[in-house]
Amino acid sequence: MSLLQVQNLVVEFPGRHGTLRALDQLSFEIAPGEILGVVGESGAGKSLTGAAIIGLLEPPGRIASGQILLEGERIDNLPPAQMRRIRGRRIGAIFQDPLTSLNPLYSIGRQLIETITTHLPLSHAQARRRAIELLQETGIPAAQERIDHYPHQFSGGMRQRVVIALALAAEPKLIVADEPTTALDVSIQAQIINLLKSVCKKHGAAVMLITHDMGVIAETCDRVAVMYAGRIAEIGPVREVIHAAAHPYTQGLMSCIPDIEIERARLHQIDGAMPRLNAIPAGCAFNPRCRQVFARCHQERPELMPAATTQAACWLLPSSTSSTSAPLAAALPEAQS
Amino acid sequence: MKSTLFKWLDSDVGHSFRTSPAALVAAAIALVCGLAALFAPWVAPHNPFDLATLDLSNARLPPAWYPEGQWTFLLGTDDQGRDILSALIYGARISLFVGLVSVLLSVLLGVTLGLLAGYLGGWVDALLMRLCDVMLSFPAILIALLIAGIGHALFPNAPEALAFGVLIAAITLTGWVQYARTVRGSTLVERQKEYVQAARVIGVSSLAIMRRHVLPNVLGPVLVLATIQVATAIITEATLSFLGVGAPPTSPSLGTLIRIGNDYLFSGEWWITIFPGLLLVLIALSVNLLGDWLRDALNPRLR
Amino acid sequence: MSALAASAPASSALGPTPAAAPPLVRAVDLARTFDVSAPWLNRVLERKPRQLLHAVDGVSFEIERGQTLALVGESGCGKSTVARLLVGLYPPSRGRFEFAGQDAHAAYRSRSGRGIRRHIQMIFQDPYASLNPRWRVADIVAEPLREHGLLSDAKALEVRVGELLQSVGLSPLDRVKFPHQFSGGQRQRISIARALATQPEFLVCDEPTSALDVSVQAQVLNIMKDLQRQQGLTYLFISHNLAVVRHVSDHVGVMYLGRLVELAPKQALFAEPRHPYTRMLLEAIPKLHHTGRSRTPVQGEVPNPLNPPSGCAFHPRCPAANSRCSSERPVLQSLDGIRVACHAVEEGRL
Repeated sequence: MSLLQVQNLVVEFPGRHGTLRALDQLSFEIAPGEILGVVGESGAGKSLTGAAIIGLLEPPGRIASGQILLEGERIDNLPPAQMRRIRGRRIGAIFQDPLTSLNPLYSIGRQLIETITTHLPLSHAQARRRAIELLQETGIPAAQERIDHYPHQFSGGMRQRVVIALALAAEPKLIVADEPTTALDVSIQAQIINLLKSVCKKHGAAVMLITHDMGVIAETCDRVAVMYAGRIAEIGPVREVIHAAAHPYTQGLMSCIPDIEIERARLHQIDGAMPRLNAIPAGCAFNPRCRQVFARCHQERPELMPAATTQAACWLLPSSTSSTSAPLAAALPEAQS
Repeated sequence: MKSTLFKWLDSDVGHSFRTSPAALVAAAIALVCGLAALFAPWVAPHNPFDLATLDLSNARLPPAWYPEGQWTFLLGTDDQGRDILSALIYGARISLFVGLVSVLLSVLLGVTLGLLAGYLGGWVDALLMRLCDVMLSFPAILIALLIAGIGHALFPNAPEALAFGVLIAAITLTGWVQYARTVRGSTLVERQKEYVQAARVIGVSSLAIMRRHVLPNVLGPVLVLATIQVATAIITEATLSFLGVGAPPTSPSLGTLIRIGNDYLFSGEWWITIFPGLLLVLIALSVNLLGDWLRDALNPRLR
Repeated sequence: MSALAASAPASSALGPTPAAAPPLVRAVDLARTFDVSAPWLNRVLERKPRQLLHAVDGVSFEIERGQTLALVGESGCGKSTVARLLVGLYPPSRGRFEFAGQDAHAAYRSRSGRGIRRHIQMIFQDPYASLNPRWRVADIVAEPLREHGLLSDAKALEVRVGELLQSVGLSPLDRVKFPHQFSGGQRQRISIARALATQPEFLVCDEPTSALDVSVQAQVLNIMKDLQRQQGLTYLFISHNLAVVRHVSDHVGVMYLGRLVELAPKQALFAEPRHPYTRMLLEAIPKLHHTGRSRTPVQGEVPNPLNPPSGCAFHPRCPAANSRCSSERPVLQSLDGIRVACHAVEEGRL
């Protein structure tokens, strides 16, 4: 059974000028112990997805419809008190800025112990032992002494390790990590990514890794979901999505990333920009920028459908022919259904 | 003009204004008082300062709804036969004039000094901030009393204009510090921003950068402060006039009227002092509410 | 510009130069120290020592006309300070910067030499903070022209602003809008248009695409390369992203804690990095095509710049460090057409 199931999730922001749909019929699953990457550019809605799953959507944003199931039970409609119990115990969170993730007024030991005792039936002494173990596991040197230090006494990379320890403190099954390495130097990034992978595998926790950095995704994740304008454009195994993407947006995205190994005279670019929430085109959201656009793209919104090795939401796919579809433009060579 | 008004009403701030009952009521009251004060000679039923029209037989008449009152003197008269309502309108005119002018001067002084301190830093900043600290350690009234008292001592039979000048100076000098501090803080933030550095790279002089680049971006909070401070200025002026060192008796402000009426409070002629007091409270309250609304409307986080 | 002197070095360590012209940009032992001590009163009462931050500690390089030098390094290495030194936002604590043969900082300071600012411009990292939110785009882009008195006629200014906007891929009609009406990538283009207004020869770019999405970054980098080709611009490109650097640069300088540790043509640096830090940096970058493979991460973290290690700043993290490395600071030396500051390389141990 999958650990997390998101079914047709819709997140809206009611405003003075009408309601904005930030996430539009999002559906995906995470298997136990899997690392799923969620990648996309700014405004695609990846952080919102993480926030909706953890239950930390900022009002006036709200879940308008759809379901989020954790181990088969719905968690999107829980009252705040119950959601708080789930947060930390069954879902852990790692945010981008280690400076603000930790309370500067309390020692990290106190924050760790508080988290542990809130969710697990351990005594204070047991919790402290466990906290020290966690710190050692995440690579904090001299954990016995440093457990009583304050966040400002740690460097950025060290703080992020503490945040990872905090996230794992109550042995959650799922960790939502929102841009965990973006604020760190490149050499520290590598350390933290390795740590996240090893520690999560060891504790058997699945990870939902949200980032805009494809390189990090390539190294860390098993599968990746590419988001565009609040929808999933493509989802599949990491290697396939990077090398054999089916969706034109994913193809464009992969080819416009400068590669340190391959030199090009000119970077491939996708003209235009991601549409704003109040101006999402009808049909496929990518149609104004797509080089292979045809009539159906403007009329109907594609759902995720099987491609060669991934799933993509695109009418170009052979699997897109169905009896209920609108007539296709004659120019496009259509594979047999 | 009309189209910009409609555009503003449709903006976020305008919408907040339209949907806030407190702001609408406060604005209406302030507008009515302001217009009445501005057009006092045409609005007031009598001219209370024209000695020729005064008639001592009309002295100390109660408000019109009393049996002894007369409808030509709606809110009664004072000991000299002056119509209270007219005196209120003329008095409000003085109060509002003094309040607005002194706030304007405070803003000019405070913003300029704050900009200089924030942008130039170093000893200029240190000097100005110590000056602010010194001024803030005195209660505002004390400073105003000091300046007004000295002024009166130096020029005992001063012409009206000079008396007003001293009064406005006193209130200005108590109010400029908060602008200086706020603007200095905002300037320190803006100075680090890259558009200021870009201007320096282009070669623009420091003075020009302060004036053209930084100033438009730091004025936001000043507007809110200024609105709220108009109320404070009016009350400070009223206090000074009540204490006898404010507006000259030939052009009484609301504070002067309160003082004059104070003597008659316990002999039962309450209307001479209560009505000016009520109007003062009304004006101060509505300006304060407007300032509060403005602060919330302009706060990007609450929008 | 004044005529260039003919007395220039016949060749530079970066390759043979035409005998006549000195390089357009030459930094010689450039340094900048910041005094970050506590206020005087605190120092006296708490007996704290003076604290000096050597943000840039003796950096020397040259850039030929029409070429791009990229400076890379992690946070705290001083590359942004170098950028600000070159455009005159800070005076140097030591050393000098020569632009087309003349002392740039003397020109920045003097009234008559102020015109040098027409030839050197800068593009900043944050597209949201580098444009004044209260000014219209037309005024923003025209500011350099007005400031240097190049154009005063309103109509001529309008035409020129329109040209500049078109050259970066925007429409001339955009000139009446405000910055908040544009996306991050478009704002960065407006910054580029402003920087090019006075037809400068040298552009200092401080992480111009770091705050942009990948697809927008591609657009902006392409524009910058096109403009360089069309107008013969010289770039100093600061970045922490080595993949971007590989794409845009001709030469690359690697900085660590305020010092240059390696300076080489791009091919040489990426094919055969010499300095241990460069090697580790290249190793640490996530590679798109090596899915699932872990990299060997660099050990340790960048030390506190207020308290740099003695000798070679990298020695605590360096696998090839010996006793000389902890006591003697290495000097940038030429070696097979590149420059490296490393005892191990000099001694042939690496």
